[in-house]
Amino acid sequence: MSILLDANTRILVQGMTGNEGRFHAAQMIDYGTQVVGGVTPGRGGQTALDRPIFNTVREAVAETGAEASIIFVPATHAADAALESIEAGLRLVIIITEGIPTLQMMDVYWEARRRGTRLIGPNCPGIITPGEAKAGIMPAHIHKPGKVGLISRSGTLTYEFVNELTRGNYGQSTCIGIGGDPIIGTGFIEAFELFNADEKTEAVVMIGEIGGTDEEAAAAWVKAHMDKPVVGFIAGRTAPPGKRMGHAGAIISGGQGTAAEKIVALETAGIPVCERPDQVCELLRVAGLKPLGEGGVQPRVAK
Amino acid sequence: MKIHEFQAKEILRGHGLPLPAGQVAESVDQAVAAAEALGVWPVVVKAQVHVGGRGKAGGVKLARNLEELRRHAGSILGMNIKGITVKRVLVEQGIDIAGEIYVSIVVDRGCKCPMLMVSASGGVDIEEIAATAPERILKIQLRPELGLRDFQVRQAVYFLGLPREAQPQMTRVLRALERVILDHDAAMVEINPLVLTSRNEIICADAKITFDDNALVLHPEIAALRDENEEEPLEGEARRHNISYVKLDGRIGCLVNGAGLAMGTMDMVKHFGGEPANFLDVGGGANPDRIAEALRIVTADPSVNTILFNIFGGIVRCDRVAEGVLQARERAAVTQPIVMRLVGTNEERARELLAGTDLIMLPTMAEAAQRAVELSRRAD
Repeated sequence: MSILLDANTRILVQGMTGNEGRFHAAQMIDYGTQVVGGVTPGRGGQTALDRPIFNTVREAVAETGAEASIIFVPATHAADAALESIEAGLRLVIIITEGIPTLQMMDVYWEARRRGTRLIGPNCPGIITPGEAKAGIMPAHIHKPGKVGLISRSGTLTYEFVNELTRGNYGQSTCIGIGGDPIIGTGFIEAFELFNADEKTEAVVMIGEIGGTDEEAAAAWVKAHMDKPVVGFIAGRTAPPGKRMGHAGAIISGGQGTAAEKIVALETAGIPVCERPDQVCELLRVAGLKPLGEGGVQPRVAK
Repeated sequence: MKIHEFQAKEILRGHGLPLPAGQVAESVDQAVAAAEALGVWPVVVKAQVHVGGRGKAGGVKLARNLEELRRHAGSILGMNIKGITVKRVLVEQGIDIAGEIYVSIVVDRGCKCPMLMVSASGGVDIEEIAATAPERILKIQLRPELGLRDFQVRQAVYFLGLPREAQPQMTRVLRALERVILDHDAAMVEINPLVLTSRNEIICADAKITFDDNALVLHPEIAALRDENEEEPLEGEARRHNISYVKLDGRIGCLVNGAGLAMGTMDMVKHFGGEPANFLDVGGGANPDRIAEALRIVTADPSVNTILFNIFGGIVRCDRVAEGVLQARERAAVTQPIVMRLVGTNEERARELLAGTDLIMLPTMAEAAQRAVELSRRAD
């Protein structure tokens, strides 16, 4: 089992005829993901990567039986694309796009809640269940099927941890990039709930960063409900207040959202915090988690 | 994006909010003309800078006559407030103050909707009240599908204990502030203080609006209000090249792909006892040109004595990063030592391109950061 995404998940790519969409859809297909079609208004009837393109999500769902969608649509149209997928009744909608206006994202968030759609992102690398399927932009080859769930607000920093978990022979059950924006569809707590219920996941690594108080709330949730070991990391110990550090959500404002506060909250909740990504396997080992089988597996960093 | 008080007040005026009469001045003569146009005394002279705490820094003064006005305008114009030189003052009619209220609406990430906050303890820093007497702040969530409802307006008005005469006006103020958020994609609008006069009128004495950077593309008229004088020059330059850069005080210039990894790299530098000179995310689709530009911006900071690249190539291809570094070094000599950690997509090709150069190539983030810290120390 895995969470949200597996080898049978039938997924649409919104924006599959664009540069980014086509590139990543090809890699997703290459990995074995069931990409069943694309949606680009005005391109209905064409094909891309040997998959049919539809004008609307409704049409695509009717023809392909898709249950999920991944969005590569430019920022000013991405919220609309997400609302279209929610309206069409998809179970899972993943928004990769960065730079969506916050008020538009707010509407998408509430509509997804009303309709019971699982929304991931925006401004995220997507989801991967190693060995089964990937719906996202992460480099697949660094992953390895395994037992650690990963939840992260960041992209490339996540790859750093994935790489460590692969080298340390823990592998990953599923990795979710929840996104670096201030308003995101699925937060740490919902992701923890999913991993807690997943029998393949034996421990979870949470990668947080400065801004907001989601990590603090998640730490309290973990302490009260989580049955599996959790290890944390918080980026931005050296970030100054009042400055947006790349991600729209990564800003210390009104004295709130510092790395120091988050680290204290995690540690108080009994979550060990790595100072460096390369300490993650050691902390998992201390928490009682054993690597997969015997012997190490060589890192597969370069292709 | 932040704007100045006088710009914020223009926007509020467009929504029919009650404001003191006033004019912006860039010289003492203009300030005098502004006061004469107002035709009332006293007037307030207020420095127009984005940084907080301008009052404490002496950037807000009351003038009771022309002579005082000349003196205050002269001292405030050109004044340095937290590193920013004051280039403009707002000259406004003085208001008779019977009470000071705090009102703001913030698009709140916690509740995922705009949050209205009011307090009868206006005129002071709201964070101070939040820390010492949170019960004096009323928070009201404005759900997007409902907007600000009448009962919520009543909650706010009764909480503030306003006199009956002021209530209709207060209602209009709150409704107008909601429009400011929704119509312009503002992230925050704050009136502190909202003044209650002895005649029970309400006036917005100060105004602060910040905008959602992601939405500026929808509002060119708002984007045009950006004051580059308020920006760190290198940050403005980076922004124009779509590079995410924040200047810091250290010596080690960092170039990284991805915001999270960029922060992680800065933290790693600090972990080994060094100080990062900047945050820099080259972005996902970085091509050689962008890399060269990023390197130019980092090295334009005179305090940088060592350069640290940390690239975990997924979408970003390592060979393009290598090409960018070589291009930048062809255009202008880079005198600082460069430490590179370059792994992922097309890593071998990158290594071939850089073979025979004096770049220091290391396989992990920790080793690269540690070496950069050593080199930086040695250069000092």
